[in-house]
Amino acid sequence: MNAMSPLLRVHNLSHAFGSLLACSDVSFELHSGEVLGVVGESGSGKTTLLNCLSARLVPTNGIVEYDLRDRGLTDIYSLSEPERRFLLRTDWGVVMQNPRDGLRMSISAGGNVGERLMAVGARHYGEIRGTAEEWLEKVEMDLGRIDDAPKHFSGGMQQRLQIARNLVTKPRLVFMDEPTGGLDVSVQARLLDLLRGLVRELKLSAIIVTHDLAVARLLADRLMVMKDGKVVETGLTDQVLDDPHHPYTQLLVSSVLQV
Amino acid sequence: MNDPQRPSVQASETSQTEERLPVIRVEDLGKTFTLHVQGGARIPVFSGLSLQVAAGECVALFGPSGTGKSTLLRSLYANYKPGQGHIWLRHGEDWVDMATAAPHRVLAVRRETLGYVSQFLRVIPRIPARDIVAEPLHALGSDLAAARQKAEGLLARLNIPKAMWDLAPATFSGGEQQRVNIARGFAVDYPILLLDEPTASLDAGNRAVVIDLIREAKARGAAVVGIFHDDEVRAAVADKIFDVQTGALAA
Repeated sequence: MNAMSPLLRVHNLSHAFGSLLACSDVSFELHSGEVLGVVGESGSGKTTLLNCLSARLVPTNGIVEYDLRDRGLTDIYSLSEPERRFLLRTDWGVVMQNPRDGLRMSISAGGNVGERLMAVGARHYGEIRGTAEEWLEKVEMDLGRIDDAPKHFSGGMQQRLQIARNLVTKPRLVFMDEPTGGLDVSVQARLLDLLRGLVRELKLSAIIVTHDLAVARLLADRLMVMKDGKVVETGLTDQVLDDPHHPYTQLLVSSVLQV
Repeated sequence: MNDPQRPSVQASETSQTEERLPVIRVEDLGKTFTLHVQGGARIPVFSGLSLQVAAGECVALFGPSGTGKSTLLRSLYANYKPGQGHIWLRHGEDWVDMATAAPHRVLAVRRETLGYVSQFLRVIPRIPARDIVAEPLHALGSDLAAARQKAEGLLARLNIPKAMWDLAPATFSGGEQQRVNIARGFAVDYPILLLDEPTASLDAGNRAVVIDLIREAKARGAAVVGIFHDDEVRAAVADKIFDVQTGALAA
C-alpha cells in the first residue's frame, strides 16, 4: 500500500507574479481516492496553487507530475497545449468558484453536460442525452430544466450543473475552488452532501481549496494549511483541526465562530 | 527499543485458558500542548506512559478530570499528535505506529481496525440517522442494504424509535444523539474500540444495552480502551484500570 505510486506528485512548486511570490516551494503527493483540502485566508496563494496544479497556469518553478493512464507519471507542463486541454476535459475536472467560469451560460444544461461527453468521443445524440439526464438526476436537478440555459438558474443549481458537467466523463481527479462559496447555508449543505456522496461513490481523488474549515472537515481526508504562499502545516484533517501545531493554524482554528 | 514485530507477551496475560495476544502497545508516550495564540503557554499533559492491551480485554482510563484521559484516547485514535513515544496497533498482519504513520495509513487503520465512540455525535447536515450508522460498514465494502440492516438492528437495540431512523439527528436530544453515535461505533466489528464516556447521558435501560454491546465486543476478541465515569458501567466491563496520572495499571 505504501509502495503504491501517487496519482499526482508535486515537487518544489513556486509561482511569482512579477516580484510577488504567490506560492512558494510546495511539495506533496496525492494518492488515488484521497481528498486533499487546501485551507488558508484569502491571499494565501491557494487559488494560484490550484491553477498551477490543474495545468492552467505555468509555474515559475517546480514540477507537477500526473499519472497519465497510458504513460504513468508525467510532467504535465511537458505535454503539448492540446494534450493538456484534453486532460482537463477528460481525466480531470475543474469546479470553479464562480459557475460562470466553468459553464457555458447560454447553451442548455443538457448541452453543458453533453459537451464534455463529446470531447471523449460520444457522438450518438440519444446516448449523450440519456447520460446527461442521468447526471442531472444525480446532482438533483429538475429534468424539466434540461433544455434551459444556466444563465436562468439559481447559484446553487448552476453549481450542481457544473459538478455534473465535470463528473460526466468519470474523471479520476477533480480540482475544486471554493465549491460552496457564495451559496446560502441550506444550499451549501445540500451541495456538500452531494459532493461527499459522489466523491465516495466514484472513488474520486480531489483537491479542494476552501477558506471554510467546516467544509474542509466534511470533505477532506487530509489538509494543507497555507499562509503567505507557504505551506505551514499538513496532516490528517481532524488532527490539523483538533490539535493544530503551527501558530497560524491555531489562530485559524480558534477564529471560527461557534454556532 | 522493543521490536514491534515481536511484542513480548507478559506472563499475567497468558494466565487465562487461552493465550490473548496484545493488540495495543503504547510506549513512552508523552503529550504537551503549546498554545501559540496564548503567549506560547506550554501545557504538559502526560509523559512516559506505557500500556499494553490484549485482544478481548477492556482497560478503563482513570483519573480526575484534566489528567489527560481524553487526550490519551484521542492520541490512540491519532486525532491528537503526541510529541513523543509510540502507539503500536495491530492492523491485520502489521503493526502500525499511530504516532508517526502517514495519513492514508491512519485512515486505513480507522476504517478496518479501530473504532472510536466520541462523547458527542458530529452531525452531518441532511444525513439520516440510519445512514450515519451504516456509513462505516458501507465504507468497508459491505453493500448498502446489508449495512443499513445492521444499522437498523443497532438503532432498535438502543431504543431509537423507528420513526427517527429517516431523520437527520441534528434535532435529536443529547441522549438520542449519543445512542446514534454508539450505534455507529459498533456497526463494524472492529478489533480495537475506543470509548469516550459512552454512557454519559443515558438512562439505566440504555446503559445496560451499552454494557451488553461492550461485553459482546470483548467476547468476539475486541480490545477496548474506555473512559467510564459511571462506576457501575466500569465495574461491569473493565478488566484493568489504567491511572493516567501515575501510569500504573491495576487489575
